[in-house]
Amino acid sequence: MDSERYLRIENVGMTFETRKGDFVALERIDLAVRKGEFVSLIGHSGCGKSTLLNLVAGLLLPTAGGLLLAEREIAGPGPDRGVVFQNHSLLPWLTCFDNVYLAVERVFPDEKNILRERTHNALAMVGLTHAEAKYPNEISGGMKQRVGIARALAIEPKMLLLDEPFGALDALTRANLQDELLKIVDKTGATVLMVTHDVDEAVLLSDRIVMMTNGPAARIGGVLEVDLPRPRERLALAGDRRYIELRTTVMDFLYRKQLKQAA
Amino acid sequence: MIRAIGPHPAAAVLAERADALAKGRKRAGPAATGYRRARAPEWIVRALAMLAGIVVFIALWEIVARQGGRIPGPGVVWKAAVTIFSDPFYSKGPNDQGIGWNVLSSLKRVGIGFGMAAAMGIPLGFMIGRFKFLSDMAAPIIAMLKPVSPLAWLPIGLLLFKAANPAAIYVIFVCSLWPMIVNTAVGVRQIPQDYLNVAHVLNLSEWKVFTTILFPAVLPYMITGVRLSIGVAWLVIVAAEMLTGGVGIGFWVWDEWNNLKVEHIIIAIFTIGIVGLLLEQALVLLARRFSYN
Repeated sequence: MDSERYLRIENVGMTFETRKGDFVALERIDLAVRKGEFVSLIGHSGCGKSTLLNLVAGLLLPTAGGLLLAEREIAGPGPDRGVVFQNHSLLPWLTCFDNVYLAVERVFPDEKNILRERTHNALAMVGLTHAEAKYPNEISGGMKQRVGIARALAIEPKMLLLDEPFGALDALTRANLQDELLKIVDKTGATVLMVTHDVDEAVLLSDRIVMMTNGPAARIGGVLEVDLPRPRERLALAGDRRYIELRTTVMDFLYRKQLKQAA
Repeated sequence: MIRAIGPHPAAAVLAERADALAKGRKRAGPAATGYRRARAPEWIVRALAMLAGIVVFIALWEIVARQGGRIPGPGVVWKAAVTIFSDPFYSKGPNDQGIGWNVLSSLKRVGIGFGMAAAMGIPLGFMIGRFKFLSDMAAPIIAMLKPVSPLAWLPIGLLLFKAANPAAIYVIFVCSLWPMIVNTAVGVRQIPQDYLNVAHVLNLSEWKVFTTILFPAVLPYMITGVRLSIGVAWLVIVAAEMLTGGVGIGFWVWDEWNNLKVEHIIIAIFTIGIVGLLLEQALVLLARRFSYN
């Protein structure tokens, strides 16, 4: 298997039919993601980065081109991709444990005896063993998002898809969860595609940053290799010259080349 | 669209909002500013207000009764009530039974009629909520039939069943059916896309989607439907029984009118009111148990 091109997005276009006529969201997107790579999609809101993620998730099907994950065409949603949604999307009538268990049970139906163990392990990985029996409305926003991550990881997906996973959290909680995600990704070697609009988040977490031009008909405006050594440490990087350079490059792209007219 | 017809969906939302408001107010309480003034606790003030309302009501009633005419005053009614409720479960033949039996047989009709309406309305509501075509198909029929007084269906019931009791049950069935269908359908349509996305990315089976996502998400709406249905049913059963006769609180009202025992009619009015209140409260409690916000 071609692990250099684990996820292949080939000449993908996405056009939505709307009442006012066709709306071209994405045009000629080409991207390959290595196995174990962490890739961020960054761009202004409305640039179609979430659309691209939904295409990989299979929640949308492209109107042009194709997507392949591990040599198989993505023809719909499936549990080989773990998705973490921005608004956590936990089912409020299930406990944290049951929310994760729902996913585990679906993916490993033949391993009845270790389903609970798997669920425990996933929640332990995000540090939530103590909150297993709680309902989503009894825990904080940051904890909910951790459960979302645990649910996505527990099914051992080929790929982890994060749709602005920390967008709804306050700055401190966000930093905390980013550090945690960094550790988890280092430990599990997961292949990750993350949508974000946070420059620091993208530089801190990614191996590559895919910068998207403004929509409609958004395209890939540039790809930036983040050649910072791992494991990375937030505080040490804050004053790092290379970190600041990379950060400036992304900022420059977003705020000078792709400055969005005030809406 | 079904959403636009009749008072039910809006009423459901309003009722829920009112509940939420009341809850919020309670929580915010008088201490929200951090200062505490020496003031009677809120519940005592509320209890006093309720008591004052009842006293004013009884006083007005007494005044009206003293104007002559045939309306018995509170004292007379109270004495009659003590007699009636001291032996609520006597039975001297089908036309002379205690008030307890009358209330119970009315409740039984409501229960059976409503049960059948739920058994049919909930699945129908799910289907109408899930499939746009069915929804469009059902919309004009429901829109047209819902405003019809349930009593208009009584002759059809008598024709079909050739007996009073099943006809009354049938009327309850008809009037409970619409709120059950409409509320369930609205609930299905209101399910957040997020929850369905979870189902999609996990590729859950249809049955699993139903039991773990659709059903729990729709349950609060269904309970609102139950509440509306039972409320309407309890209104309608009195009228239906007046027309059909037999044993039942509505029939009892009519019977006492024929006997010209006005104090018994007033007792029946209070009894119907209190039973209706209890039904409503029980369902509000049930709804609170299954709300997830």
